[in-house]
Amino acid sequence: MSVLALDNVSKSFGPVTVLHGIDIALEPGEVHALIGENGAGKSTIMKLLGGFLDPTEGQVLLDGKPVRFASGPDAEAQGIVVIHQEFNLARDLSVAANVFLGREPGGWRLDHKAMQEATAALLRRLDSPISPDALVGDLSVPDRQMVEIAKALSRNARVLIMDEPSAVLTHREVGALYDQILRLREQGVAILYCSHRLDEVAHLADRITVLRDGRVVRRAARGELTQDGMASAMVGRELQDFYPPKGQPSGDIALELRGLSVPGRVHDISLTLHRGEVLGIAGLVGSGRTELAEGIAGLRSSSGEIRIDGQPATIRSARDGFAHGLAYLTEDRKEAGLLLEKPLRENLTLAALERFGSWRIDASAEDAALDRATQDFDIRAPRRDMPAGKLSGGNQQKLLLAKTMLTEPRILIIDEPTRGIDVGTKSQIYAFIRQLATQGLSVIVISSEMPEVIGLADRVLVMREGRLAGELQGAALTEDNIVRLAMGVGEAA
Amino acid sequence: MKKIDFHTLGPLIALIALIVLGTLLNSAFLAPANITNVLARSAFIGLIAVGMTFVITAGGLDLSVGSMAAFLAGLAIIAMNALAPSLGVHWGTILIGMGVAILGGLAAGYLNGALITKARIEPFIVTLGTMGIFRSLITWLADGGTLSLDSGLRTLYRPVYYGGIGWLTWPILCFAAVAIAGEWSMRHSRFGRHVEAIGSNDRVARYSAIDVNRVRLMTYVLLGMLVGLAVVLYVPRLGSASGSTGVLWELEAIAAVIIGGTALKGGRGRVWGTVMGVLILSLIDNILNLANLVSPYLNGAIQGVIIVLAVVLQREKHAASER
Repeated sequence: MSVLALDNVSKSFGPVTVLHGIDIALEPGEVHALIGENGAGKSTIMKLLGGFLDPTEGQVLLDGKPVRFASGPDAEAQGIVVIHQEFNLARDLSVAANVFLGREPGGWRLDHKAMQEATAALLRRLDSPISPDALVGDLSVPDRQMVEIAKALSRNARVLIMDEPSAVLTHREVGALYDQILRLREQGVAILYCSHRLDEVAHLADRITVLRDGRVVRRAARGELTQDGMASAMVGRELQDFYPPKGQPSGDIALELRGLSVPGRVHDISLTLHRGEVLGIAGLVGSGRTELAEGIAGLRSSSGEIRIDGQPATIRSARDGFAHGLAYLTEDRKEAGLLLEKPLRENLTLAALERFGSWRIDASAEDAALDRATQDFDIRAPRRDMPAGKLSGGNQQKLLLAKTMLTEPRILIIDEPTRGIDVGTKSQIYAFIRQLATQGLSVIVISSEMPEVIGLADRVLVMREGRLAGELQGAALTEDNIVRLAMGVGEAA
Repeated sequence: MKKIDFHTLGPLIALIALIVLGTLLNSAFLAPANITNVLARSAFIGLIAVGMTFVITAGGLDLSVGSMAAFLAGLAIIAMNALAPSLGVHWGTILIGMGVAILGGLAAGYLNGALITKARIEPFIVTLGTMGIFRSLITWLADGGTLSLDSGLRTLYRPVYYGGIGWLTWPILCFAAVAIAGEWSMRHSRFGRHVEAIGSNDRVARYSAIDVNRVRLMTYVLLGMLVGLAVVLYVPRLGSASGSTGVLWELEAIAAVIIGGTALKGGRGRVWGTVMGVLILSLIDNILNLANLVSPYLNGAIQGVIIVLAVVLQREKHAASER
């Protein structure tokens, strides 16, 4: 019998119905993948199961009996734990304090010893070397995720709901995550796994539910759906030409680095970027890719030589970068890319305000720019004056791209262009990037998703521990070779 | 159905309610003399509060403005007294005194801003420090007593506070001009947009090629100059400065900004709201003095309730829009 299920559940927010008659059942010892484009209703389902929302119609069944959770913590007390995409950890507290946050053992006096021992035991169970005394703020992102999992275990989770757990992880770390998931499955935990990475879904899921526009459009058991089949089911049409055809870069060199270093992060990088080229940079998270990009763009101090169109360029701030026609599009669109509380218009023009009047801002010119941007980049916003934070991830990314393009760069560095974005929008963003390159822009794409760099880039550089580990193109551009270079195992075949 | 937007309308509604209340309680309330009095006294805090709106909107804070005002008033008086024997009782002397106040404000604001942006010290700490320094300096300059302006100069300077165009005295006109310019800058100038962006998320601002430190520094310099302007209008009122000049002005200015709907954490600036906030605070004071309902000694308590209430109302609006 299923542990937790939705029985013919519909959910409306005001006049808008986002879920229509959903049935989904989580079985003990099973990994159940929930996939769908952004806006298909995945997060609403997670919130219903995790006790954060109540259904408008239908019911939530716990052990076959209807249940109404008072709140998220109430659901958690009954063994249903949600691991959110943005971790729910207090950075300034220790690992042990986080694991027991809100349920500290001992009376009014904290029992540090008990918390430490219990946490150490949990971490041992997960084969993790993290110390219970470490501060969460000092841990790497994958380690923080491990703490989240330990926290879930300490609550005797029977149901674990994971929202894009691998989005922040690199290839190797994802492997560790899989091991933990399989281990929890063996222990009889029911796992709901939401992910945009279809390869993981194919690998992990015992059962797959595909959502589209708030309805279940496909249910499948392991092996019944190929990745292409999943993508087609999500989008509702065949996905042809997911990646645009590759281009023919000219021989002109747009950007050249000679021995660029960012202290402590990036060592002695030399590379060339041609006009009209899409250059991919692959490597593990932490290999210095973002730091290299920020060093080029003037957001980090760097040493070494940067030449643009053959001329040496001094870039000490983002402003200098824009002046040289070089723009960096951050991987962190929520914290470094967009002002989430501000309307679209103010976000769009922020980096290029001097183009909208020398002193006074020309509001009508801004409005015209927003009209053009929403059309050119297909930004779908219900209302023009809405805050950027209320847009879906894909539309936020398109807005960020439009914002960056307003500075009229000739060299564009895009860091993780499609993180947390649904399949349909991904394909659109790839098309935009290729189109820009065809128009003569030189583009560097940094990505952790190997199919993405392989599908999109004309040439790929692989970084490892702050250095260039190798260059791949043509037939040698394979996942296998990238992994070898990124991990430093053997030579590229 | 659009709900009442407490961010923009709340302070206005409160202001209108106070005016109605004041009129009902005492017929002298609407007399031109009283209105001039209320507005002119609001002008000092008002000028400072407009500057404070920019500082707070950019994510900063300045606790030093009250002490700074006292110190600048002292400096201006000393300068004018020192020049009076050589230059004589002359407008030139007064203009130099005004220049000392405004340039001194610029320098003091620059000092605050530089310590915050260049030395990277928390605004609260920096301005807590300079608050003590300015207060101590004026007390020392006045030797624990009062610095008084030369009586000839005082007579000449007096019309700058008491004179004007009809019942619109110079402080009222200055306050109005600065408020309009401030509102316009916050809404329509690049500087205002940058200030809001920095307060909203300074990392986004930096990645968008905004010179975050320069803009932040400019907000403190602007505030310093407005404190200087307030001093220029304040000195002719009493013609003196002492260790107790401008005490608690910083908190009144911050309170006015908050009542007006500017977010204390930055990112959203409302200069009109600040103007309303200043007027609300001085009307409460005025009404309590005119009406015998409540002891004027309870003024602070009522203002305190208004501040907390204003923030609660604004937050409820915010929470409702979250859902």
